[in-house]
Amino acid sequence: MKSVAIVGVGMTPVREHWSRSIGELAEEAGRFALEDAGLATADALYVGNAYGATYNQQTQLGSLIAGDLGLAGIESFSCEAGDASGGVALRTGYLAVAAGAVKTVLVLGVEKATDVVGLARNTARSVSLNADYETVNGATLTAMAGLLMRRYMVEHDVELAQFEGFSINAHRNGARNRKAMYRNLLRPGSFGKAPMLAEPVSLFDSAPDADGAAALVLAPADEAVDLAPKPVLVAGSAVATDTLMLQDRRDPLHFAAVQRSAAQALDQAGLAAGDLDLLELHDGYTILTALALEAMGLSERGSGWAWAQADGEQISLGGELPLCTFGGLKSRGNPSGATGVYQAVEATLQLRGEAGDNQVAGAETALAQNLGGLGSTAVTHVLSAIPE
Amino acid sequence: MTVNRGEGSPLVKRLGNEAESLQGEVYSFTLVQDPPEGFEAQAPYYLALVRVAGGNLITAQLTDVDAGVNIGDRVEMVTRKLTTDGARGIIVYGYKFRPLVK
Repeated sequence: MKSVAIVGVGMTPVREHWSRSIGELAEEAGRFALEDAGLATADALYVGNAYGATYNQQTQLGSLIAGDLGLAGIESFSCEAGDASGGVALRTGYLAVAAGAVKTVLVLGVEKATDVVGLARNTARSVSLNADYETVNGATLTAMAGLLMRRYMVEHDVELAQFEGFSINAHRNGARNRKAMYRNLLRPGSFGKAPMLAEPVSLFDSAPDADGAAALVLAPADEAVDLAPKPVLVAGSAVATDTLMLQDRRDPLHFAAVQRSAAQALDQAGLAAGDLDLLELHDGYTILTALALEAMGLSERGSGWAWAQADGEQISLGGELPLCTFGGLKSRGNPSGATGVYQAVEATLQLRGEAGDNQVAGAETALAQNLGGLGSTAVTHVLSAIPE
Repeated sequence: MTVNRGEGSPLVKRLGNEAESLQGEVYSFTLVQDPPEGFEAQAPYYLALVRVAGGNLITAQLTDVDAGVNIGDRVEMVTRKLTTDGARGIIVYGYKFRPLVK
């Protein structure tokens, strides 16, 4: 297996891009990433997209986007794992380069949610749950998160207010990120008063659906130094699955796929979770962050929420464990199939020292973790700066 | 094509054939205020994970719960209308759980 490096990144702002098509968003991010890498083309394009079929009535995004980028003819197809689609596109690109099957890969995540509005969007997003046993009963992703969070709060005797630091931290970081969708700060105490979506999950707990595209270019690490001034090493890459349905898990409050994928990726990188300088976690709901921290061994079972105390001071940019440094899903926004690529792009900027107002001082190692459903798919990448 | 029905279906495997297996207790619940299409007329509604006899979890709505819900409440499975399907309005029946009638 060859070592793989990230040699170029690009992204669009995360917004409600009412006037722009899925192809236009993808084309902008892809062009930025290729320009950043100093390349005119790539050998392959892997597209992360979750809901093109239900949001946009559009499949075959590989062909569509390669064409929009002027790359018609290259190997290209889309990768889907619900909200982890961007993460599995990165994994696919990593495997292709590591195997030596292709030399340069453009990994591109894109989602265009605003083609569908209101309840129809809830329906369109629910296809990542089990159709026969969950969705048929009126379940949504947010409702399933509500079930997890309620059980967690009762089993571990945790109050709703103890989660608010995760959202406060996300918005504090997102407010500094011009590409973020919601750049407002969350006032301490407002979290518990927000409108409920699926009790106890509220509007201030749940990440907003969004439009956006992010892209990165992969190349063999031994050639990366000639391509880019500051290549970043993909030091670990792993995907693990848990059951699609919460109801099939022996212990729904344990994220087995997170544990497995993080352990594998960290082991490949020769790192422990506590060594990381920052983590881009999948904070679609605050309960996901708490459970992921526990599954990775950064908290004892039932105490992941503790990282959020004191308005998330310990997880802030200057804290012991910086989380969601560009605003996470909650503030930057959740363009589902693009989210995993945004996370990797943001982590890359941190390791290049190009994160601007969001910079974690001296960051050398980062973890990006992208989840599909309620931890049904977990994709973990560990990135590290390459010493000059 | 394989059709899941009768004793081969995953649900029946979970429940077994004993009458008491249709009873259980609420493992967790949520009140869905932001529903998908087809469920707007029922919203807000309770969705739950119910731990049935034998230990399996079932995802289902709670019904007849005017007095509110708590984790650990004893419930039993009943047949109810879930939604109507498409423009023709075909009724989709399924299972929900209601508080156990003593």
